Amino acid sequence: MAKGDPGASTRGRRATPRSRKAATADPELVQLLTPAGERIDSVTGPDGTEYRVDFTDEEYRGLYRDLVLVRKLDAEATALQRQGELGIWASLLGQEAAQVGSGRALRTQDMAFPTYREHGVLYCRGIDPIMPLGLFRGVDQGGWDPNEFKFNMYTIVIGAQTLHATGYAMGVAMDGKTGTDDGEAVIAYFGDGATSQGDVNEAFVWAGVFNSPLVFFCQNNQYAISEPLERQTRIPLYRRAAGFGFPGIRVDGNDVLATYAVTRHALDNARHGQGPSLIEAYTYRMGAHTTSDDPTRYRIASEVEAWQAKDPIARMKAFLEREKIADASFFTEIDEQARREAVDLRERVLAMPNPEPGTMFDHVYPNGSPLLDEQRAQFSKYLESFEGSAH
Amino acid sequence: MATETLTLGKALNVGLRKALENDPKVVIMGEDVGKLGGVFRITDGLQKDFGDQRVIDTPLAESGIIGTAVGLAIRGYRPVCEIQFDGFVYPAYDQIVSQVAKMHYRSRGKLNIPMVIRIPFGGGIGAVEHHSESPEAYFSHTAGLKVVSCANPQDAYVMIQQAIASDDPIVFLEPKRRYWEKGAVDLDAPLSEAYPLHSARVARAGTDATVLAYGPMVRTCLDAATAAAEDGRNLEVIDLRTLSPLDLGVVYESVRRTGRAVVVHEAPSNVGLGAEIAARITEECFYSLESPVLRVTGFDTPYPAARVEEEYLPDLDRVLDAVDRTFGW
Repeated sequence: MAKGDPGASTRGRRATPRSRKAATADPELVQLLTPAGERIDSVTGPDGTEYRVDFTDEEYRGLYRDLVLVRKLDAEATALQRQGELGIWASLLGQEAAQVGSGRALRTQDMAFPTYREHGVLYCRGIDPIMPLGLFRGVDQGGWDPNEFKFNMYTIVIGAQTLHATGYAMGVAMDGKTGTDDGEAVIAYFGDGATSQGDVNEAFVWAGVFNSPLVFFCQNNQYAISEPLERQTRIPLYRRAAGFGFPGIRVDGNDVLATYAVTRHALDNARHGQGPSLIEAYTYRMGAHTTSDDPTRYRIASEVEAWQAKDPIARMKAFLEREKIADASFFTEIDEQARREAVDLRERVLAMPNPEPGTMFDHVYPNGSPLLDEQRAQFSKYLESFEGSAH
Repeated sequence: MATETLTLGKALNVGLRKALENDPKVVIMGEDVGKLGGVFRITDGLQKDFGDQRVIDTPLAESGIIGTAVGLAIRGYRPVCEIQFDGFVYPAYDQIVSQVAKMHYRSRGKLNIPMVIRIPFGGGIGAVEHHSESPEAYFSHTAGLKVVSCANPQDAYVMIQQAIASDDPIVFLEPKRRYWEKGAVDLDAPLSEAYPLHSARVARAGTDATVLAYGPMVRTCLDAATAAAEDGRNLEVIDLRTLSPLDLGVVYESVRRTGRAVVVHEAPSNVGLGAEIAARITEECFYSLESPVLRVTGFDTPYPAARVEEEYLPDLDRVLDAVDRTFGW
């Protein structure tokens, strides 16, 4: 696995063969790896920034491993829901590159504020992938320590976390933790639907006027449950940034390399005190919104097929094969590792105990409440009244 | 310095200043809180002395104020947010109810949101619509929030500091029509020895009936008690001070002695705090009651035009009328 910081390594750099300095077919889209798996050496963004990555073979293989593992664990979670073991699951299928690319672009000291679909970013942050399954199984509400992993709790209310990220980033600046290479940056994840929320627009305003060290990372997966992008916006989402006074850029969200390059650049700008920016990772939700959704009611098969041809993992595999960075035994090994981790995940989910009812009274207030103490005592007495009875 | 005579508004100002002095993590944020010192001047002079990183003029968006304060709290700050008027808190309602109130719970105690949300509330100042509301029931109904209200300068000075020092998220309701009322404030008494924040207190001892109020209505009820005394009726007035959690021990003790209770608030009666208090008094003091618990409240209308607010708001006569009715049962 590419541990956190592939770009920083200097071992065994690969001069990309057959590289070409070319604009992609879509001039609005930063792309370093085509759907066919062809490498583009570098792309110059609209502001003159040159986007490129410089990975070792091992790091390329690590990114591939991340993509495959994240997809496999996600598929296992979907299966667990289908078997009644999770209440619901929000699959990331199709968005692996957007999440792994941005997740690996984060430096250790950077803080992330996710929605409820960022299982890939969570994985990159080193959090046990079982953690979000506790939330969706209904045994807890997430369980990781946001400060330990620099990854906040999942946020289900759409867009609310962008304000939290903005405030956190204001705090980073107030702490004097910007302006150097080891400065801190913050990333806020949200989707295309969230861009219609007041909170997201307020976050744009705030981050702009306070010049906060923040990257707004929008995964435009084309749908907000059933509603297509056209119901949220008249212009490409990344162009919204201009109105708020900071840079916006669209990246191929199915291209893990371009996503990494663009995100790393934006984070580094932020940590150096150059303020916020917006990244629109252009991608597609291959599955349903959640396991409760039926996408066949609102989108046609040919559209899904067209995006299938842009699959983030297939193009990375084609690249690794073409460049002989990985051989068949590597792919077999990764598939086997993914299978083992999925089995392990399943076994641990099934072993998750239901919480004791009395724990619902825990952690309502840091300082407690006499009212709750009273209710807890009454409830406990009520439960005790059944002891020894046949019911 | 010891004891000074201050308005309630100035007492808050001095309390905020102390909090800023005592803890570098305390930040004040809101609309116009900086150079202007807030529309009621509660933060007057603070930005000048503590800088614009500690006293932050925010963009004009209430959800943004509370939402960014959540992020600052996660980062380790202790934000004190000013909502300019009661009727403007609703754009922030989602952040308050879904995020501020639940973050500690959802994280199983790993995150604290030590935030104070200051709201000037209530009517009586002849204001235009949305400037005279009493939203306390919405917040008191929300698990994870605590809600308090001060009624005099001494409490204003102490309670704002206690609220800021608390790790719980606290909605701090300021009785705006009492901002200019004066009282003695002991500025030197140590906070650690102060009367506890989440505790009710007898504001006037009496024997014949118990009158319960908080915030702006405490003064009204004390005036009613003075008037009642002239008629030979000795009312006990209790300042509830904490609305969530309610502290009703002192209330039960009082009602068991008097047998009569009247709850007074500006907010409408329907499903309001008075209903909760009446229910709990009934549960705890059933055999002591000489009459049902009565409520004197605003009516179940939107807050009316200012020229009729005197009729809308509970006043001395309506409080005494209710007391009379408890004796006529």
